[in-house]
Amino acid sequence: MRLGQFKADLHVHTCLSPCADLSMGPRAIVAKAVQRGLDVIGVADHNSAENALAVVNAAARRNLTVLAGLEVTTQEEVHVLALFDRVEEAQQLQELVYQHLPGENDPEAFGLQVVVSADHDVVGFNTRLLAGAAELSLERVVESIHALGGLAIAAHADRPAFGILGQLGFIPEQLPLDAVELSANTTPEEFRRRFPECAGRAFLRGSDAHTLEDVGTASTFFRLREPTTAEIKKAFRGEGGRQLSLAAAERSDAGRRKRAIG
Amino acid sequence: MTVGEVAEKLGLEVLTEGGSLAREITGGYASDLLSDVLAHGRAGDVWVTLQTHHNIIAVASMKDLAAVLLVNGRQPEAEALAAASREGVPVLSSPLPAFALIGELCRLGIRGAA
Repeated sequence: MRLGQFKADLHVHTCLSPCADLSMGPRAIVAKAVQRGLDVIGVADHNSAENALAVVNAAARRNLTVLAGLEVTTQEEVHVLALFDRVEEAQQLQELVYQHLPGENDPEAFGLQVVVSADHDVVGFNTRLLAGAAELSLERVVESIHALGGLAIAAHADRPAFGILGQLGFIPEQLPLDAVELSANTTPEEFRRRFPECAGRAFLRGSDAHTLEDVGTASTFFRLREPTTAEIKKAFRGEGGRQLSLAAAERSDAGRRKRAIG
Repeated sequence: MTVGEVAEKLGLEVLTEGGSLAREITGGYASDLLSDVLAHGRAGDVWVTLQTHHNIIAVASMKDLAAVLLVNGRQPEAEALAAASREGVPVLSSPLPAFALIGELCRLGIRGAA
């Protein structure tokens, strides 16, 4: 099998995230991803994967690979993207997170958490405090993601809120993250200058889309055999010709970006 | 003592319009982890923090805190200010670092849970 290019936005929320727009339904996300020329998306709601299967189903027979995941909030309030090839793996991590996630959502304060079908039918409302933090350490979360075969990525590492550097001030050298996600506000070069100890890490860009217009506004080009987590992991390490490069930032069509807890 | 009286005595910058500066402060809590404030903040507390993300307003509103006091002259995100106005949560800023600001609050008689 030859290597091909895959454009990926590995950080997309759905209407399950309390801070995401309610229009973030599975088919709408898939349509926008295809329109933006993406080959791969990662679905990662805050501390939950309950809409992941719906997005996978919405992408069936479309030319789009959906990695199922969560954006876990660790006890240090660091956001970690966990991405998997199979929804079941994401659900297993979700089980662990749910066991350690205290509190109930207050929709008035944080927003609605809508569980939907592929067709955006409302299946129910998640009542957990998904905006909260799991009582799991950063190390434990990364370890648990890897035990399930997933990718562990420090989300929006350059942002002051909920990014690993904003919360901890540094990236622990021994922390086996697969990659570090940067927002469109910085470049790997600038980031390496500011945080020389992170110079050896792999960087990617994701949109952290909370609205449809955000989908694909930040993305990464991968050279892979196929769009799987194992191949992406090889690209992060530069193994066997697998590579990645950051796409130039694209402006969303809408001027205003809704930005909530992530 | 009310939020407005504390603001005046300590020279705090009031960043929100509206919000009840007449609210009586019954205690204080300091933390930079939102989940910690969700767990331990009490209604009527002033919350001393350096976090400026707009979820601080959701936390303050959910816990019925009296006000959010930002340290080191930090300014909240625009979206946080909009949410604060909507929710009626006063947000104030002090040039002091947290330790010094909390000392001043204690001097005024505001206490945290022991």
